[in-house]
Amino acid sequence: MKPKIAAQSGTFESSDVIFLIEPLPDNSGRKLEITSTVMQQFGASFNRIVEDMLNQYDMTDIHLIAKDKGALEPTIKARLETAIKRSLNQQEGTLK
Amino acid sequence: MLYIPGNNPAMIQQGGIYGADSILLDLEDAVALNQKDAARTLVRNMMKVVDFYDTEVCVRVNHLSTPFGLADLEEIVPLQPSAIRYPKTESPEEVAELLKIIEKIEDRHGLPHNKMTLHAMIETAMGVQNVFNIASMFTRVDAITIGGQDLTADMNIIYTPDGAGIDFARKRIVMAAKASHIDVIDTVFPDVNDEEGLRRETEYAKKIGFTGKAVINPRQIDIIHEVFTPTEDEIRKAYRIVKEFRTNSAAGIGVFAIDGKMIDAPVVSRAEYILRLANVTVA
Repeated sequence: MKPKIAAQSGTFESSDVIFLIEPLPDNSGRKLEITSTVMQQFGASFNRIVEDMLNQYDMTDIHLIAKDKGALEPTIKARLETAIKRSLNQQEGTLK
Repeated sequence: MLYIPGNNPAMIQQGGIYGADSILLDLEDAVALNQKDAARTLVRNMMKVVDFYDTEVCVRVNHLSTPFGLADLEEIVPLQPSAIRYPKTESPEEVAELLKIIEKIEDRHGLPHNKMTLHAMIETAMGVQNVFNIASMFTRVDAITIGGQDLTADMNIIYTPDGAGIDFARKRIVMAAKASHIDVIDTVFPDVNDEEGLRRETEYAKKIGFTGKAVINPRQIDIIHEVFTPTEDEIRKAYRIVKEFRTNSAAGIGVFAIDGKMIDAPVVSRAEYILRLANVTVA
């Protein structure tokens, strides 16, 4: 699936992560920009969670920006699920 | 009971270490309208993996009259928190409708109907008028609670630190809970910097019969516990009363005196309640 609109979820607070998703032109694949305050320790795990969820929702032609402030896995998954569903117009949120 | 905003991951993941008897993960007033979806997903995910130790976990969902209430129940009921807290409860019919929806969701997930309980929040004048029926008609309602801020708004009055405007409601709600043999929890004290005011209000709440108090900041927990926990003197006295009551009862004596004060059934009953609170058994 391809994002229909730009969408955002999460905050810049500690233990949280903010995701911004926007659609890319057709056949662009995925463009990920991930930064984290704990990249050295948990970067690989963070990337895996993001890739797994994007696969789960079959997301493509997507530009994803993540700025992580040490979120735990359930928070990362919740924020990304929210951003994806908002970008697919399945639920309301910010940046509509 | 500590309120934790449902969209705050840092507070939720630490929910079990603040020392509260219970935490309330709030999807209602503590969450902005455009973040309801995010909070619901976050609370659902957190409840699945975070260890809250022995802290009871309740979730306050949005009212069914809002676009969020049903979606909240669909996500939260399958996780079976200790209780669902329902805001702005106004009538027993409303509770019946809510329970019907909850039980349908439980049936779909093969869950029992007797595990998770319901806390009804009384926050409107109509709710205060109907509180006894709300408290007494449903076995799953095991606590009622007063929402001071919303109630004063509904009454078009200003919330004052002396609680004058909600005093009648407080007492009526307490009486309904006592008559229904369920818990009754007082509203939050909104000024986190006024510790004396918090202590004063908590002492008053205890005096008129509340069994607990909600807090909005972990800093308020210790004061609430200090007020509601029986003192060592109270426990010793209660222990003596119950012990002597048992000795006297065995000898066929119903009323007796300790230190010149008459001890009869109501005094014994109060002493037994103190020992239950203190988790003390009489040898």
